[in-house]
Amino acid sequence: MPTLSFLSNSISRKNLMALTGLFLCLFLVIHLAGNLQLLLPPERAQTQYNFYSQLLSHNYLIKLVSYALYLSILIHALDALILTVQNWRANGAQGYVYDRRRTASAWYSRNMGLLGSLIFVFLVIHLKDFWFQYKFGVVPMDAEGHKDIYPIVVAAYSELWYVLVYVVSLLILGFHLWHGFASAFQSLGLYHSRYGKWVKYFGWFYTIVITGGFILIPLWVYFFNY
Amino acid sequence: MVDYQLDDVNPEMSFLEMLDTLNEQLVLKGEPPIEFDHDCREGICGQCGLFINGRAHGPLAATTTCQLHMRSFEDGDTIYVEPFRAKAFPIIKDLKINRSALDRIIQAGGFISTHTGDAPEANSIPIPHHVAEQAFDSAACIGCGACVATCKNSSAALFTGAKVSHLVILPQGKAEAATRVVQMVDQMEKEAFGNCTNTKACEVECPQGISADDILRMNFEYNKAVLLVDGK
Repeated sequence: MPTLSFLSNSISRKNLMALTGLFLCLFLVIHLAGNLQLLLPPERAQTQYNFYSQLLSHNYLIKLVSYALYLSILIHALDALILTVQNWRANGAQGYVYDRRRTASAWYSRNMGLLGSLIFVFLVIHLKDFWFQYKFGVVPMDAEGHKDIYPIVVAAYSELWYVLVYVVSLLILGFHLWHGFASAFQSLGLYHSRYGKWVKYFGWFYTIVITGGFILIPLWVYFFNY
Repeated sequence: MVDYQLDDVNPEMSFLEMLDTLNEQLVLKGEPPIEFDHDCREGICGQCGLFINGRAHGPLAATTTCQLHMRSFEDGDTIYVEPFRAKAFPIIKDLKINRSALDRIIQAGGFISTHTGDAPEANSIPIPHHVAEQAFDSAACIGCGACVATCKNSSAALFTGAKVSHLVILPQGKAEAATRVVQMVDQMEKEAFGNCTNTKACEVECPQGISADDILRMNFEYNKAVLLVDGK
């Protein structure tokens, strides 16, 4: 019997993709729930969101989870890179001259690597503009002595091009999740001919809620808070 | 790619008969015939696997190359015929490929250990009809390699999943379930097949209609074996 290794064969590598992916899915729920506070009336949103940001950056438990989160993103991306290179190699030196294989599966399921790479680029922009700014930038204090991150968020979302970057990026995330959520359960083998379709339906419901929720925030701020 | 022209193709010819006709003409002209694999020509042996017009086994669903007929094409069509391509399927010549990698996956564990001799009484192990049917659905895999050929990752997950499933579903296959799945998955790795990304293109192109659920069953059995079964 082999030891529990995460890189020894295709199933174990896919397990790693699935586990990190599902952890990131869980994070998205919490991230969205917190960020829905941005939909509140501006003054209330400012106090509450600044307090919430302070809480996130000063709680040791949350700090621990955030390290697991950064690690998950890196492992998910690196493992994807390994899988993709292996898949290219497995295709052999010569491809098909006439190739209509794309007719047999959905485009987003075949382009998870590309979608994931675009999400990674978005993450860099996203983290640089908010997370990095909050942690290492000069942020003024609000009336309650919390870092006043709220005006930075509103300022960002009052730029049309920035809102468009967000909407497009989140749609890309949506397609990634549309395939990825159910695919993760399938990779783990947590799937059954009877319940499998419910996992798929729940994945689609999850994707619509998460993607729709995240898209709503910059649009809301752009149209109602600007 | 080499261009060949073939006139007077009968719509009732099978695709392989069309290739036979072409080869006869090539031989008469003194040219070498096109090498391609075939055996039973009844859609059950899994030898004939050709990539026709960009699809494994051609344009029809649930059909092997030998069961495809020229009536599925238009008069005057140019038809692209290629071998199944994957690193694990080296080309022997022309359209003929070596699919021994699939055989080695079966040799790694796709069997049950049993004493030879007289067949045991068939009803000594009760197996409900629907279970037998389910196992047979997986056992219908003919090992043609269309799943690998059509997979963007050249993964053999559907083939291996089917071979794991048709045994593990039945009581006789349960005894060696853990070692079997681990050895077959490890062999699949050694043969340099790609990784399954659940696009399910394989089940669309499978001439036997093997369900991609077999892949999920293999994943489950593998993880169960690694997590829950004691080492030896």
